[in-house]
Amino acid sequence: MSAADVTAELIALDAVRKSYNLGRPSEAEVLHGIRLQVRRGEFIALMGPSGSGKSTLLNILGLLERMTSGSYRLGGEGVEGLDDAALTLRRRRTLGFVFQFHHLLPAFSALENVTLPALMAEGRVSTAQHEHARSLLDAVGLAQAMDKRPGELSGGMQQRVAIARALVMNPPLVLADEPTGNLDTASSAEVFALLRRIHTERGTSFVVVTHDPRLAARCDRLVELIDGRIARDEPMPAPADFQ
Amino acid sequence: MLIWPGFELRVALRFLREGRMQTLLIIVGVAAGVAVIAYISALINGLQSNTLAKTLGAQAHITLRAPDDLVTPAAPAMPGSAVLTETQPRAQRLRSVANWQALVPLLERLPEVAGVSPMVSGSGLALRGEASQAIALMGVDLDRYDRVVGLRSKVVSGSARLSPGEAIVGRELAKDLGVRVGDRLTVQTGSANGTVSDSVRVTALVDLGVKDLNRRTVIVPLRAAQSLLALPGGASQLDLTLKDVWVAQTLARALQTQFPYKIESWQESNAQLVSALNAQSISTSIIRGVVLAVVVLGIASVLVVSVVQKSREIGILRAMGATRGQVLRVFLVQGAVVGALGSVLGLLLAVALIWVFTHFVRGSDGLPLFSITLPPAMALQVALIASVCGVLAAVAPARRAAALDPAQAIRM
Repeated sequence: MSAADVTAELIALDAVRKSYNLGRPSEAEVLHGIRLQVRRGEFIALMGPSGSGKSTLLNILGLLERMTSGSYRLGGEGVEGLDDAALTLRRRRTLGFVFQFHHLLPAFSALENVTLPALMAEGRVSTAQHEHARSLLDAVGLAQAMDKRPGELSGGMQQRVAIARALVMNPPLVLADEPTGNLDTASSAEVFALLRRIHTERGTSFVVVTHDPRLAARCDRLVELIDGRIARDEPMPAPADFQ
Repeated sequence: MLIWPGFELRVALRFLREGRMQTLLIIVGVAAGVAVIAYISALINGLQSNTLAKTLGAQAHITLRAPDDLVTPAAPAMPGSAVLTETQPRAQRLRSVANWQALVPLLERLPEVAGVSPMVSGSGLALRGEASQAIALMGVDLDRYDRVVGLRSKVVSGSARLSPGEAIVGRELAKDLGVRVGDRLTVQTGSANGTVSDSVRVTALVDLGVKDLNRRTVIVPLRAAQSLLALPGGASQLDLTLKDVWVAQTLARALQTQFPYKIESWQESNAQLVSALNAQSISTSIIRGVVLAVVVLGIASVLVVSVVQKSREIGILRAMGATRGQVLRVFLVQGAVVGALGSVLGLLLAVALIWVFTHFVRGSDGLPLFSITLPPAMALQVALIASVCGVLAAVAPARRAAALDPAQAIRM
């Protein structure tokens, strides 16, 4: 592997296994030796039927769950031996999350939700970070809704706030778990277009879990998971141009 | 530059604001607890200082007397021999504190001592016409004695003066003998050698707060008592008043090791009162402890529910990069805020309760039973303890929140 490859490598999983209820009669292995590489600037669709291990894999990628065995290098550094605090700091620096149910904090306004990661990183939000958050909300088309609470926003708008929040710390990689799964077709297309635009404009890498083959078709690479194994990992035939 | 408060504080306050009803109820609960603690503390404090003031108002904090006369033992027994003696205790005659004139300035120089008053006291009779009353005769230097028991403030009629041939008497005694200010009465003392009597003019009547004392007390100049009680130039006791009544016991013990006198603190002469006060203090502490425990349990139960309700939000915060420590502190801050707000509200409530007590609870004479106040130091102490309890109450829920597995919490 050349030096250029190493710097371009964002994620490298090798022989990753994950079992639940380890050591008990109900022990079940849900990932059976996953090998996956994500390079900077990729836009990957992670597909698979329910129960195939997509969410578990995404949680492992996001350092929210620990794998049972295997190796995981994030940004060129192994994460196996790190304790919880170190994992949290890595997560804060490297990763952004977008969940299916947008998961904004209802007690905070849209702008406050977006600035939360900065607040937790430094205990305060600088003027520059504030401006950055505003420009992100502006970029996702929510300039008029910054001071609204999540309860006052539509599903699509909430998801756009969640996307802005995932980007506020400028992470190289955003993990999205069915970001459009809870939206109607029009909003879904809008949100997906937004992700693509961010990818193009900022060079942020995306791993997007989706059930929707039409959306998956607009990604650059398709990884399909079946029964805890990677069944398919190939570039999409046609380059996506959905803007 | 726009500066936001810390992450923990901000999230904690928002969580509290979000659970409005829950937060309000627990703050009111804490306030009720704090109010009870502050009110009970102030009440017992008021009661105790009132009792103490009444008790110590008419007596010295430390008295110093000549040592008892002892029977001098026979020659020490030979080793191995049995001793078969029965010793009859000696009758204690009135004796002077040896060298008391030199002792007074010495005691006055002690930093704890506020005043020293020599006294000659003994028993006698007060006679007027056909009437006679048994009395406790006290010879004092008025100014010094006033410093010890505040005699001048206890005068109910006349003006306190003690020139030669003058006396101050208790109110009840004056009534029994039918004397008024300006009248004369005869004071008589007796011993094996015969009786001595003196005629004195009453300058003032005093109320010492206890009827029995008022019925027996006759105060005359030191010199007059010395001759009436056959103790020329002597003082049968020295009364000490202290700046802080609670050091009496310690000081008495310290003095006992230095001087060959019989030294007694007010605690020793009022052992029953002291044990009653102690019992009261212990009861107060128990009540405070129980109420604090209830407050802690209340805060903890509300926060436990809050952790369950906010599991998903905690999971999101963790996914976004909040450390376990940050999540822990978010809940500890909530406990502290609830404790602090409850304290402020509770102290206001306690002040209101105290106001109600002093305005509506009155003695048979229409005056407040005794004054109770909430000293700022006590209020601060109660508020601090309640806030610390708030934090302690939050420890278990906070640990639970911090231990949540983010991936699972998000799925909830």
